[in-house]
Amino acid sequence: MRLANPFRTLLRRPSQGRRRWGDLAFRGIVTIGAGAVVGVLVAILWILWTGSSQSRAAFGLGIVTNPTWDITTNVFGLLPMIDGTLLTSAIALVLAVPIALGSSIFLTQLAPKALPSALKAALAQVVDLLAAIPSIVYGFWGLFVLVPYMRTTVDPGLRSAYDRLGNLVAPTVHAVSPGASAWAGTHSPFTGTIIGEDVLSASIVLAIMVIPTVAAISRDALAAVPIPQREAALALGATNWEATRRAVLPYARSGIFGASILGLGRALGETMAVTLVIGNGLAPPTSLFNSGSTLASLIATQFSESTGPLEYSVIIEAGLILLLITLGVNIVARAILWRFQSPGGAGGD
Amino acid sequence: MGARIRHGVNLTATVLAALTLVVVLIPLASILVTAFQRGEAALTSPGFFTESPANPCSPRAGTVCHYGGIAPALDGTLALVGLAALISVPIGLAAAIFVVEYGRDRPSARLITASADVLSGVPSIVAGLFIYTYMAANYPQIVFSALSGSLALSVLMIPIVTRTAEEALRTVPNSQREAAEALGITKWKATLRITLGAALPGIVTGVLLSVARAAGEAAPLLLTAFGNNLGFQGFTQPSDAIPLLVYDFATSPYQNWIALAWGAALTLIVIVLGLSILSRLVLARMARRLRGSA
Repeated sequence: MRLANPFRTLLRRPSQGRRRWGDLAFRGIVTIGAGAVVGVLVAILWILWTGSSQSRAAFGLGIVTNPTWDITTNVFGLLPMIDGTLLTSAIALVLAVPIALGSSIFLTQLAPKALPSALKAALAQVVDLLAAIPSIVYGFWGLFVLVPYMRTTVDPGLRSAYDRLGNLVAPTVHAVSPGASAWAGTHSPFTGTIIGEDVLSASIVLAIMVIPTVAAISRDALAAVPIPQREAALALGATNWEATRRAVLPYARSGIFGASILGLGRALGETMAVTLVIGNGLAPPTSLFNSGSTLASLIATQFSESTGPLEYSVIIEAGLILLLITLGVNIVARAILWRFQSPGGAGGD
Repeated sequence: MGARIRHGVNLTATVLAALTLVVVLIPLASILVTAFQRGEAALTSPGFFTESPANPCSPRAGTVCHYGGIAPALDGTLALVGLAALISVPIGLAAAIFVVEYGRDRPSARLITASADVLSGVPSIVAGLFIYTYMAANYPQIVFSALSGSLALSVLMIPIVTRTAEEALRTVPNSQREAAEALGITKWKATLRITLGAALPGIVTGVLLSVARAAGEAAPLLLTAFGNNLGFQGFTQPSDAIPLLVYDFATSPYQNWIALAWGAALTLIVIVLGLSILSRLVLARMARRLRGSA
């Protein structure tokens, strides 16, 4: 009877019980690991939320609009740090995106045919390596190389250029709108004593640090543009630049935008490099030459000098606010990038 | 527009784009040159990897300043990153196996992938603040300890390991899984021996990248491992680390300490770039092998 149907012996699984237990146990273990990933994320939000309860009870939502940080009276406002975070990251992005995009366009579109593709690939890898250099090294370099250069050369140059430009256009602006002219005269972004450790230096270090992120992802976006798109333009007689501008860039636009937002997410949370070059002033910066703080640099510098449980709680709330801003920015970036990656289905992921 | 103008515009755009690439590479060159020029003396002085930092000293007539070494910080970094890898690699691998081998496109798998993505965007200082706040509330005696430091680093490493292992597992052809199943091998054995084996280069790449990231982090350690001058003293004690030494000594007023910090920064660059390049080589080898088998 048993021999009558050989498939039965094939199908009958040996040691059925042990096999099932082994699979169940393994499945259980990997499920715990997977749960831990979600668990860590939930725990971060929960721990920072409960840790900041004292601060939220004392200052409420007004903490984000309060410009005063005064240990002697136990008043802690986070406006200067939120200002500093958004300002440095925004300037960094404005500086970084054109440069990063330009380098990606060169490597994927405009590089002369004479340039060997191995060299282009190597250059792309070198740009990517910039992302691996630790934040503290950028900060150390910024403090000893960039800051002195800014103090002696760039900052005075910017100020005199702004003044000269102001003198040049002042009569015209004044004729059109006296109010605007007066406002521009008293709201120069380049006032104050030049110290070098300031908002502008921090922004430039941040720009250098986000360039590899933006360059790598926008390079992927440009490389994902279907080749016929570009070749059709070239066949119509377009130059390389015209094909890039009219056929390739519009196609890659959302990918480039996503890359920029992801770079912004990286800039917002950078700590050590900013801490070393921003000067760590606790007043709201009114000029790019003022020292300032970001939420991240506040946590790094005030943490060890913290005087009491309320200040600790405020620092934890600063971390919570920073986390919510970066998570929001990252989720927007992922959503954009996911939308641009999914229609082609490239790579199957 | 005339053809000559159009080609002129093309040439201008090409030159400008090439210039931006040069601008991107200038900071890298400057960082490498500066770290080498200022760190070489300390790095090549005897005992750099075996001694503690020398006492602070600024050169005066008749005195010779010694650098000492970074041995305590190096020990601390090895211990902190080692434990963090022991924590994060199993968790990351398990999550990736869950997503690819068990979850294929189910909502639970998407939730894990999305969480890992979101987690990779958490600023490193926030990871440190999270572990500090948790430890202070639950284990106040060991808030500032190597254990806290390793936990903070593993928060940063888990998403890197998870996402790269996930990508690596996805590249394993289904035919291999089906072949294992046809041979009657149980799923867990097939996953551990066949699928993981085939995905190993990609997984190793992810682990190397996560170690490179953790080795260079100073921010989370400021709030957890905290630093000391003795190096690693057990997991319940504060510990030094190379990035912490760079931060402390770079902001000190002593010339021999600043020089030592440059030497330490150079060491850090070599470690981190070395690991990154190594991971790329592993990945390139895997790509070649995949092409070969296809």
